[in-house]
Amino acid sequence: MPKLKLPVPPMPGRPAPKRPGKTYGPQTPREHGREAGTSAIGWIDERTSLSGGARWMMFRKVPKGTNWFYTLGSATMFAFLAQAVTGVFLAMYYDPSATGAYDSIRNINNEVFLGEFVHGMHKWGSSVMVILVFLHMGRTFFFGAYKYPRELNWVIGVVLLILTMTMSFTGYLLPFDQRSYWATIVGVNINGTGPFVGPYLSDFLRAGPDFGATTLSRFYAIHMMLVPGAIAALMGFHLYLVAKLGTTAPPWLRAKSPEKLREEKVAR
Amino acid sequence: MAERKTAKSKYTADRQIPGAFEGETVTRRRFMTGTVHTAGAVATAAIVLPAAGFALGPVFEEKEQPWQPVGKATDFTPDTYLPRTITIEPRIGDVGKSTVFVRRFNPDVDTEPRDQYNEFIAISSACMHLGCPINFVAAAQRFICPCHGGVYDFVGKVAGGPPVRPLDRFYTRVENGTVQIGRRFSVNSELERFSPRDPGEPLDGVGQYMYPSRPSMRKLPGT
Repeated sequence: MPKLKLPVPPMPGRPAPKRPGKTYGPQTPREHGREAGTSAIGWIDERTSLSGGARWMMFRKVPKGTNWFYTLGSATMFAFLAQAVTGVFLAMYYDPSATGAYDSIRNINNEVFLGEFVHGMHKWGSSVMVILVFLHMGRTFFFGAYKYPRELNWVIGVVLLILTMTMSFTGYLLPFDQRSYWATIVGVNINGTGPFVGPYLSDFLRAGPDFGATTLSRFYAIHMMLVPGAIAALMGFHLYLVAKLGTTAPPWLRAKSPEKLREEKVAR
Repeated sequence: MAERKTAKSKYTADRQIPGAFEGETVTRRRFMTGTVHTAGAVATAAIVLPAAGFALGPVFEEKEQPWQPVGKATDFTPDTYLPRTITIEPRIGDVGKSTVFVRRFNPDVDTEPRDQYNEFIAISSACMHLGCPINFVAAAQRFICPCHGGVYDFVGKVAGGPPVRPLDRFYTRVENGTVQIGRRFSVNSELERFSPRDPGEPLDGVGQYMYPSRPSMRKLPGT
């Protein structure tokens, strides 16, 4: 016999079903205005059911002993978001050509309103992000939070670390001053010392055997399209796994088993 | 005990599938699934392969390096180097220029066999540690790199510091009394010619096999 789903009677505390002939909801413009935000969110939620996911993500149980060290991952994410926002606005003034890059950076720093400030946020923010990544990694390591079932999240984290390093490397060339140019020459040559594939990889990075006409635009494309997209996608998956698997308690807290289940207390 | 399943016949007709043909072994459902997967793979490849080839193209494309004049043959002596500027990449202004150090072949110090390409010795300014620009210090008769202290002797062999092989060189030739610089080549510690490698890649012992030459830049054939 196929299973039948019977209509469920209204739970206590739920609003009673609407009846014809009665008025519900806001009536006057003032009442409408007061409920505009709620109804807009309600309109979206009725069509997407996103609130369930948001509740699943944000209202999680966390173990006893959760402390400030657990905020390092979110701090890294916000450092990335700050880099993304400032980076997008820097791209509005930046010219990724070998003949125009240096002048456009000088224009950003000297002429554009708040240009030096936004450029500085992006430049120093990159160091902040790298430091936070390592602190977050250290926290995970010392708290043993990489162990089963969170190994995959550790692996994704390592890929994110490598991608962050790629961002730092490709972004270093973009101001195109003497330091950028020679640091890139040295960096690409270090990359080339990898046996067997190194020479081809550095040809790929430079788009040829020497620093050429499209090297800068290649670094620019990797820096602002390829790697940020990969970081955003992997960060989303990283967060999903955190929400799904939960966080670990700090190692100095031991799980307490109920008194009556302890072996020495059980009557024989 | 449940009866063991008998192995299915490979013929669709034996399996009582409606509309099966005599001798048919592939069901229509399986055929359609395969067709759709193949079509999907072809469509994906039609987008991914050109895009990947576009990005990877420069790795396989040989770079043009025309001969360029650097001065009259009578300007150069066998005893010291003169710095000359050449263009490595013409489209990017000053960034595409590089310094070479040029002198006449000197039988007293140059041990390699003489041929049409080394009447003049042109030494690249890229340090073979990691590519910083070296300078010729005439008083010491040495090439010195400012980054990590690489030192090379008068013919470009490593005299100290981290570099892994002698300085790269350029082919030279004389046309109508003018010295011309051609493409770059690398040398091992015996000053044998190899296809150009990047700095940091040794060429002695197994080095030449661990760091293979690349299609983007080769030495002149037969040299």
